[in-house]
Amino acid sequence: MDWAYFLQQLINGLTLGAIYGLIAIGYTMVYGIIGMINFAHGEIYMIGAFHSLITFLICQAAGISGILPLTLLLMLFVSMVLTSVYGWGVERVAYRPLRGSFRLAALISAIGMSIFLQNFVQISQGARVKPMQPLVEGGITLMESANFDVQLSYMQIVIIVLTFVLMVVFSLLIAKTSLGRAQRACEQDRTMAGLLGVNVDRTISTTFVMGAALASVAGMMVTLYYGVIDFYIGFLAGVKAFTAAVLGGIGSLPGAMLGGLLIGLIEAFWSGYLTIEYKDVATFGILVLVLIFRPWGLLGKPEVEKV
Amino acid sequence: MSAAFASSRTNGSEVVKELAFFAVIALLMSVMLLGVETVDRPTGLELAVRWDLVLIAIGATVIGRLGLIFRRENISRLGQAVLITLSAVAVFEMFVRFRELDDRWVSPVVLDMAFGSVVSTIVGIAFVAIIFATAYFTMKDKTAADVDESAKLSSKIQLAYRSNTKKIGLIGIIFFIIFPFIFGEDRSAIDLATLVMIYIMLGWGLNIVVGLAGLLDLGYVAFYAVGAYSYALLSQNFDLSFWLCLPLAGIFAASFGIILGFPVLRLRGDYLAIVTLGFGEIIRVVLINWYDLTGGPDGISSIERPSFFGMADFSRRVPDGAIGFNELFGMEYSSMHRLIFLYYLILVLALVTNFVTLRLRKLPIGRAWEALREDEIACRSLGINPTNTKLSAFAIGAMFGGFAGAFFATRQGFISPESFTFLESAVILAIVVLGGMGSQIGVVLAAIVMIGFPEMFRELAEYRMLIFGAGIVAIMLWRPRGLLSFRDPTILLNMSQKEKVAGEVK
Repeated sequence: MDWAYFLQQLINGLTLGAIYGLIAIGYTMVYGIIGMINFAHGEIYMIGAFHSLITFLICQAAGISGILPLTLLLMLFVSMVLTSVYGWGVERVAYRPLRGSFRLAALISAIGMSIFLQNFVQISQGARVKPMQPLVEGGITLMESANFDVQLSYMQIVIIVLTFVLMVVFSLLIAKTSLGRAQRACEQDRTMAGLLGVNVDRTISTTFVMGAALASVAGMMVTLYYGVIDFYIGFLAGVKAFTAAVLGGIGSLPGAMLGGLLIGLIEAFWSGYLTIEYKDVATFGILVLVLIFRPWGLLGKPEVEKV
Repeated sequence: MSAAFASSRTNGSEVVKELAFFAVIALLMSVMLLGVETVDRPTGLELAVRWDLVLIAIGATVIGRLGLIFRRENISRLGQAVLITLSAVAVFEMFVRFRELDDRWVSPVVLDMAFGSVVSTIVGIAFVAIIFATAYFTMKDKTAADVDESAKLSSKIQLAYRSNTKKIGLIGIIFFIIFPFIFGEDRSAIDLATLVMIYIMLGWGLNIVVGLAGLLDLGYVAFYAVGAYSYALLSQNFDLSFWLCLPLAGIFAASFGIILGFPVLRLRGDYLAIVTLGFGEIIRVVLINWYDLTGGPDGISSIERPSFFGMADFSRRVPDGAIGFNELFGMEYSSMHRLIFLYYLILVLALVTNFVTLRLRKLPIGRAWEALREDEIACRSLGINPTNTKLSAFAIGAMFGGFAGAFFATRQGFISPESFTFLESAVILAIVVLGGMGSQIGVVLAAIVMIGFPEMFRELAEYRMLIFGAGIVAIMLWRPRGLLSFRDPTILLNMSQKEKVAGEVK
């Protein structure tokens, strides 16, 4: 067995998994608080990617793209802010008015929202693939073997570190702040939380906004990592991140991250050792298997259905 | 206006604050995605700025919000309708500007309406009038004593519709039967009607799953694909005729439905939605990559056309040993014969779907579907096996999808994975949702609106999916149970159907 190849796939898989994990957190948080899948979340991620691309182009036009850290920070900040507004909008338009309605209603309206957002970007920005030159180049050669060298690029380091930092920050946010407390309260019992003075509407909105902000970071990282985006990337990434959230146990933050990493690794190893064409099939296959044998996921708790 | 505000809960400064808030939201949402366009240049991506679009977006949001405030505070129904119409015109204006892409500050819409051709003037006025009328008549006057005229009107329509469904259905069937006699020579009309009919059939098939059993299936197109590919492959590799393959295609699709459904139907609705979505993608990925069998992205071409029930052939040069359709009936040869035959074929297939659904609804299994949709836990405690019941709905729905797929393959003569994307599933779902889940006539109307109109207004094709998406959201907000009507369970305890309707109207 070629360990160099294995190591390279491991690095690639972890990078990919970090991105999926960030998107998956959005799914898991929203599911935790309102018990529904945010179907438009994949599109939010795609919008985040577009926002960061456009921010970069504006930086380029303004002539400050030479200062790399500033450009990256601007991309991160602008895309997080603008994309969060979309997250807020999705909740406000597609979810809030239907909160008391039957389950399928919100799901269907979210699907409509997803189709709308996708086509909105397609029309406003064009259907073509948008290329972007690599910003962070170079890397470290970890290991040299007969066939090829194992590379850990700086971009991969940035992605993994940034994901780790965001994870820590958000975990603290949920565990320590009053906002996090309100979220956990709403998760347990929305009516009771409302009676005790928690602003339920605002808490749910904040949850969507936080999910969107994380998804936009994922979008930015994909833009930088792969260098191409188009209006359709949200669909597949959304389904995969959802798989990650389910695999880790929907509703659980560490679970989402774990699931993301696992999905990333599985995808990387599947493409590395088996067939690259069927990597999406592998992901969906895992989703089905998890749902059959352990619907509550790796770190989740079984749900008891009540009347 | 200030007096009006004073009497209500919201005062002027709050309204200004609210409007400012939404203006900022609109600004943040549109500033990059609308305000800046990425343009491909040989040197890389460049930017083009479109500030006018941002301004229009903000304007549309603020005016629309003001309309909603008027509505909330119950101020002047006329004012509400005017504001909402203005907002809609502004949004429309934005679409027009996407195509014009110049810096004109005068609205092309307004210009067109005033000085354009007669047609555009009429279309423009009609557009505005329809929005205005819809807005005006759907606004509710909230003063308690007033009986809501619009609700009364719509309830009258509802009642008339509900008590006359049979007649409406019959008229519809007759219309579709005589359709080729009216448009017999118009090739494009028949083609369009056939297309609409395919979607009606798909809608009816999906309606069993979504409308009756309440299972959200986002991968319905997978079964359509299975049907299409089963026919194409059977006919190419084993030289089987269409009439033999048609039931086989249905059986294949149904078995796929069972294979997929068995593991996932125990899950809650939203999981099911994602898994079916994933399954639709898997089928497509497999079709693209299994080159030896399916021809990959190239698809399968020159699929055999159906014969006249194995008795006669439709082609101009009839192969040896067969007779032509025109010879059989002693007519002149016409290429329209085949198209009209195909039209009737899909009409019959669709009507069979409809008939089976109507009958199933009266059988124990249909009742179990509806009961399961309403309350799963209750069903389980009454001894209904939810998995098997759902599975049967899933399989039957899939079977009709398979029939439609086989028809699609034989009509097109060419199939490729391109035809079976998620968007197709979304369109079929949109038809079911728009029509009112469970309502058979609703599906017909929705299919005509969603497939027929876009085909007629080709130039608006690129906005089709955008409007689909927005339409699905709007209908869910406005009438979560469907546009035309939602089918209540066929029987209810202690409540005759008529009382139920009356209760709903109240």
